[in-house]
Formats: sequence, structure tokens, C-alpha cells
Amino acid sequence: MTYGPHTTDDRARMLGALGIDSVDTLFGDIPAELRAGGLDLPPALDELSLARRLEDLSRRNRVDLVSFLGAGAYRHHIPATVDQILSRGEFYTSYTPYQPEISQGTLQTIYEYQSLIAELTGLDVVSASHYDGAAATAEAALMSVRATRRERVLISRALHSHYRAATRTYFEGGRLQLEELPTLADGTTDLAALERELADAERPVAGVVLGQPNAFGILEPMAEAARLAHAAGALFVAAVEPVSLAILAPPGEYGADICVGEGQALGIALQYGGPYLGLLAARADLVRQVPGRLVGRTTDVDGRRAYVMTLRAREQDIRRDKAASNICTNQALCALAATVYLATLGPHGLHDVAALGAARAAELELALAEIGIARVHSGAYLNEFAVRVPDARRAHAELLERGFLGGLLLGDWYPDDPGLTDALLLCATEITTADEIDRFRDAMTEVIS
Amino acid sequence: MQVPDDLRYTPDHEWLRVDGDEAVIGITEFAAGELGDVVFVELPAAGTRLDAAQAFGVIESVKTASDLYAPAAGEVVALNEALADRPELVNDDPYGEGWMIRVRLDDPAAVAGSDRLMDPAAYRSLLEAD
Repeated sequence: MTYGPHTTDDRARMLGALGIDSVDTLFGDIPAELRAGGLDLPPALDELSLARRLEDLSRRNRVDLVSFLGAGAYRHHIPATVDQILSRGEFYTSYTPYQPEISQGTLQTIYEYQSLIAELTGLDVVSASHYDGAAATAEAALMSVRATRRERVLISRALHSHYRAATRTYFEGGRLQLEELPTLADGTTDLAALERELADAERPVAGVVLGQPNAFGILEPMAEAARLAHAAGALFVAAVEPVSLAILAPPGEYGADICVGEGQALGIALQYGGPYLGLLAARADLVRQVPGRLVGRTTDVDGRRAYVMTLRAREQDIRRDKAASNICTNQALCALAATVYLATLGPHGLHDVAALGAARAAELELALAEIGIARVHSGAYLNEFAVRVPDARRAHAELLERGFLGGLLLGDWYPDDPGLTDALLLCATEITTADEIDRFRDAMTEVIS
Repeated sequence: MQVPDDLRYTPDHEWLRVDGDEAVIGITEFAAGELGDVVFVELPAAGTRLDAAQAFGVIESVKTASDLYAPAAGEVVALNEALADRPELVNDDPYGEGWMIRVRLDDPAAVAGSDRLMDPAAYRSLLEAD
């Protein structure tokens, strides 16, 4: 079986029709120094050799570690139903259908995904999904700009580092301004600073973005932040961890106009950085500003239930430079994983996952307190918190040697904050065991002694 | 095809009805017919300053989305809020209930001599030429 789409004859015929003698001639307008040289690839391997080579490479992965790392990507038990449904060829191999309505099954799963996320967030409309939580956050910041016709967005310094970085990238090179709000000793965003920034009548604020829980694992005073934002005519954007919504108030309840989040925790395995799932939900009156695809339910000419792409005129193939986003694809397979995960667990199951993770994290905090390791922040947390460890970078490396992934070095995210130089962000979920916590405490005792 | 005698027209098929130092702006019956069923009209906030020929909003139909251009310079003093719930008014009554914005004109006297604005006869010829 050949993987080359064109034969030598095909190419000769096409070049003949164009009246040129080589494919390189097509690129003649690009200066030679900007063109890639030949690819220096090793010879092709047969299937058996290739499988051995990949197995060798995969042995370099550390899959033996007991992990206390979260920081935006979470280990959860994934029910067998998820992979079973995901691996059906109809879902697994298909790309965004170009005549979408012919793929009723695909549209129905997206519609169900949207409905589940709407229920979880307490908001009215949900996009068909985005690349990841960072992209969804940046899109929400731009939504607030379009909806308010203002140009300044305030983002908490305690929002996930990648989300801030992606939003900064989206805001580069134009007239838009992105400013960071400081945090307090308890790990929450400084709402007095927020109030001062919102009071600047010369520079009205379009949107305020806070994480819940935030990048330190701390719970933010979301309702109060939303109230302050609204009093100044700004939109409030909540960047949430979706499993936490089984316990915490839904964003729609505390006044969030837009809710975004990373959907990886909903049945998507940790696999070296992706693919992930960007969640975005909003109030109904913002629907025209929602980026990306939306699937709606309707009836066909015979009165049967049918699913359609809806409000297409927001999208770039129709609206060009005035589109709600320059991206109009989605993460259909990951959204399907989240759909099956949520449908399998149901509200009670998801509540158990969130509650167990919180209980395990509390046990972890107590175990570490026994050996004199205390939290950095005093605010309330759910299942993730920062601790101060002497010489944290060395301790993290030595824990790794002992088979423990000792969380995230927060100093890497906040290099200019001396208070976080020796901070480790630790996380527990429902799959963390009491035994793992005990062994981690013992390893930590050796490492810091 | 209606082309009322009391209006002025742009080549982009917007109309303008001068009313003292203000003017009401909408799109023509021809434009509404070409767009098909209008599903959404995005309008500027009151207080927005518009230059002549500046894009001031977007009209979406089931087929397409098009920019709306200001026939004359001025400040938006009112918008047709009924369009938010009933965008079909643009199709049903383009010169009446389907109006879009009311503008305080920078220079009401200049409207008559504007190169950009056509009288009904000129606009009718434009439609016939199409």
C-alpha cells in the first residue's frame, strides 16, 4: 500500500499543465535562504523494527511515579465506557464534517456535550469546545471586549500561568490592554486593587478574569468580584476546574457572564500535554459573541428531531475579519470523552469524585503538617494547595528519584515572587490513596532532613 | 420595489431620512430582499461617533453577514431596540419599523450636496443598472 498520493506520472502531468519543469519552481518567489533544505531522515523501518523502536522510546517515560502534580491537568479514574465509545470508528476517525448536517450522530454528541456543560456551569449557551483551557480563556477575554466595546481586561495574577500567557499572546500587537491583578497573603486576588482599577473612568474595563480554584488551589471570592465587575459595567469571566463544580457554586449562580475551563479532568487521560478540551459557556444574551461552533436542535420538514450547526454567521468563513473568532473548529473527540464521562458518572458520581479528592488533599495537608511542612497561603482550598519546602527544587528532584512526582515548583510560574521560590503546589484526587500519602510523607521527611 | 421619494440613498443600499438636524438610517427594500431573512442586526451604542461611510454595524441573514455603512457623519442618538427581538422587521418594513439608528448630523446642510448620497431617481437608476 502506498502512502504517496501522487505518482511520478501524476506530477509530470501537473507540471506539464503548469508549463514548469519542477515543483521547486512554484516556490521560486521565496528567497532561497528562507526555504528548508532537504529533510535528513533515517531509512524507513519495517513494521516489526518500528514497533521495537517505539517500545524502546516509550520505556523512557516514567509511568511508575506516584503523582501529587495537578496544576491544571488532573489524574482521575476514567470509566471503561469512555474509551469503548470513543474508539468506535464513526467517532474516532472522523474529522469535522464539511457538510455537518449529514453527520447527525456527531452533531448529537456535541449538542449533548453543550447541554451537560450548561448544566454544570449554570449558564445558558456552550460552544462546541476549543483547543484547551488557555485558548478558551483568551477567547472569553476577547468576548468581553466585543460585548462591552471596551479595550482593557483585568486578569488575576493567580490565574493559571498558561492561560495568562495565551491571553497575552492574543492581546499582542493591537490596541487592547491586558493588566494583572495582584494577590493577597491568603492566596486570593486583591479585590481592593480590582476596585481601584475598575474606578479608572478614563480606561473602562471590558472584563475581569479570575480562576476558581485559582493557580494556588485557593478559592476566590467570586461573587464579590463579579459584583464589583458588574458595578463598573464590565463582564466577569470565571476560569474553573470542571470537576470542582460538583461541589462549588456554578458560575451562573454567582454572576459569571462567561465561564471557561480546562475539560481534561472530564475523562481525558494525561498524555504529555494534550489533546485537551477548552470549555466555554456564557449567558444567552452573549450568544452572538461566542467564538467557534454551536450546535442547535431543531425539527426537519417531517417534524423529526434534527441537529444543525447554528448561528453560522458569527464564523469566519462567512463573516471574515469581523467573525467572533479566527478559529471555527472544535475538539469533537475530547468533547465526546467529556460527554461520556459525565453521563457515566452522573451528578452524584461527579460529586463523589470531587469530594474524595478534597478529603484526600486534607489528609495530605495533615500528613505534611506532622513533619513541619506548612501551607504557603491561608485561604480555603479544595484539592490542591501550596506548601513551603526548604530548598524546594532540590527536594523535588530527590522526590523524583524516590518515585514521587512532588507537584509543581511554583517558582517556575512566578520567578519574580521570592515568597514562592520554595513553594510546591500539591494536588490529590480520588485516585490518591492513604498509603501513597503516608509514603510521600516519609519520603519528604528523608528529603528535608 | 419601493424607493420612497423623501429619502436619500447610498451606493451600499442604506437610506437616510433627514429630520431637522437629525437623520434616521436603515437599509433599502432591495438590500433586504437580496439578504434574505434577516436574523440579527448588530448596532452601535448611543453616543458612538460615526464618520461618513464608516462601518457602523453588521446585518446577518440566513445567507450572509454584511457591514452597514454610515450615509453621513454624526453621533448616534438612538437605536431601534425592537430589532433585537424582531430582526425580521428589516424585511417586513425596511423604511418604517425596520429602521436602525438615529444620528445627530454633524452638518445637516451638507446632506443635500453630498457626493455619496443619491436622490431617489439616481438610486432607481442604480437598481435598474444592476
